[in-house]
Amino acid sequence: MTEAVLLPTRKDEAWRYSDIDAIQDTAPETFEAWEDIRVAEGETWSDLIVIDDADGLQMRRLRIALEKNARAELAALVAGGQLGRLEVVVTLAEGAHFELGGITLGGGDTTREIVTRMAHEEPGATSNQTVRSVHWGKGTGNFLGRIDVVRDAQKTDAAQSFKGLLLEKGASVNSVPQLEIYADDVQCAHGATVGQLDESARFYMAARGLPPKTIRRLLVQAFIGDATRELADEATREALLEKALDKLEERA
Amino acid sequence: MLQIDNLHAEIDGTKILNGLTLSVNAGEIHAIMGPNGAGKSTLAYVLGGRPGYEVTEGKVFFRGEDLLAMDPHERAAAGLFLGFQYPVEIPGVSNIQFLREALNAQRAARGEEAMTGGDFLKLAKEKAGLLKLDMEMLKRQVNVGFSGGEKKRAEMVQMGILDPQFAVLDETDSGLDIDALRVVGDGINAIMRQSDKGVLLITHYQRLLEVVQPTHVSILSKGRIVKTGGAELASDLEREGYDAVMAEA
Repeated sequence: MTEAVLLPTRKDEAWRYSDIDAIQDTAPETFEAWEDIRVAEGETWSDLIVIDDADGLQMRRLRIALEKNARAELAALVAGGQLGRLEVVVTLAEGAHFELGGITLGGGDTTREIVTRMAHEEPGATSNQTVRSVHWGKGTGNFLGRIDVVRDAQKTDAAQSFKGLLLEKGASVNSVPQLEIYADDVQCAHGATVGQLDESARFYMAARGLPPKTIRRLLVQAFIGDATRELADEATREALLEKALDKLEERA
Repeated sequence: MLQIDNLHAEIDGTKILNGLTLSVNAGEIHAIMGPNGAGKSTLAYVLGGRPGYEVTEGKVFFRGEDLLAMDPHERAAAGLFLGFQYPVEIPGVSNIQFLREALNAQRAARGEEAMTGGDFLKLAKEKAGLLKLDMEMLKRQVNVGFSGGEKKRAEMVQMGILDPQFAVLDETDSGLDIDALRVVGDGINAIMRQSDKGVLLITHYQRLLEVVQPTHVSILSKGRIVKTGGAELASDLEREGYDAVMAEA
């Protein structure tokens, strides 16, 4: 007897804040498919992922295996779909590094989310994830970041930084760091904040003659710029920021 | 240029300004002095249009127009500059970008053409030189990591670039050492001491007024002007203190 393939539910940790209604018409097999990437020893890989198609479920699922001393850099914009979702599972061998610069944007009643899992399976690997979320209307932004460090993976350095910016009342963001650490000599830093545009900065800028729309553009640009700062490749950095700003312009 | 008539204002229901009347003409530098809590900063914020500062009575006319009916950015475009006591840090936004966008927004509002990048940099360099501020500072994020004195000098560089008709300067001298005080004071003179411009210079101490000689001095106490005189009034205050001078009033 074959086991029936089921759709994810909110009971699954990785779907806790997701828009389950948006996936009801999706074939369950969709949630078993992955894009596999392997980065060979000492090699470097980088990519820019933009999820910006309008309707339904817009999902990308990446499984990245980093061999010894490999480096992967992912720039991601999740700004499409009723549910826009990027899942990234990274396995890190000795001395490997994974860098994520992620941005979620969305209004209406959309949900845009980034769900990651870093599996530090050997010593001395590092991962750094910076995610910035800007939401308005009744939009929701989620960042679920799980970090697993096995017993042998000493000298792991895994960092996560999440900040949410809510442009209007009714928007929300959720951030769930989940750390499972079985080695004792590791550094795992995570931080999360949620806020609105700084009132005193807005007045200061207005007092210099900037209209409200320009002020918002400059401050939002500065906010999401954080997510691009650690990306080593300048072209990727600029492309991510430009795509995100285009998306924000569509809103205005 | 600026006529304030019977201005009443409050913050969160607390009355701060209680019938303040004052007028400043072109060519005048009018110093406002007063003890802590007199309402000096509130006056500055009300003139700038800061949200939360509610005008309950009175009128303010700026170059013949109803200032209180304008949004903060419209006041700036109309030629009003507010120098902040505590300039705000804006991470992620460079001074150059901020000021060029601000200048061009003002010019657009006045129906003037935008200034090109090259012309803007030339202007910024000239004004930074005037205030002895390293041009490199202007490439950095707005006020981020600036010392107290650097923030105040940057504030005056902004004023130089935006070239307002009228400046309300809120304790621009606070946080400055003697040398920086002179640089900032000279900057104010160079930019604003002109026959077609006016200044409302809010200060707690007389020392800035030794560099920026005022044409008028008014004492603000409990939300209203209690005494107005010439530059000598500032010296009286310095010598005798607020209590003694206000007792005479």
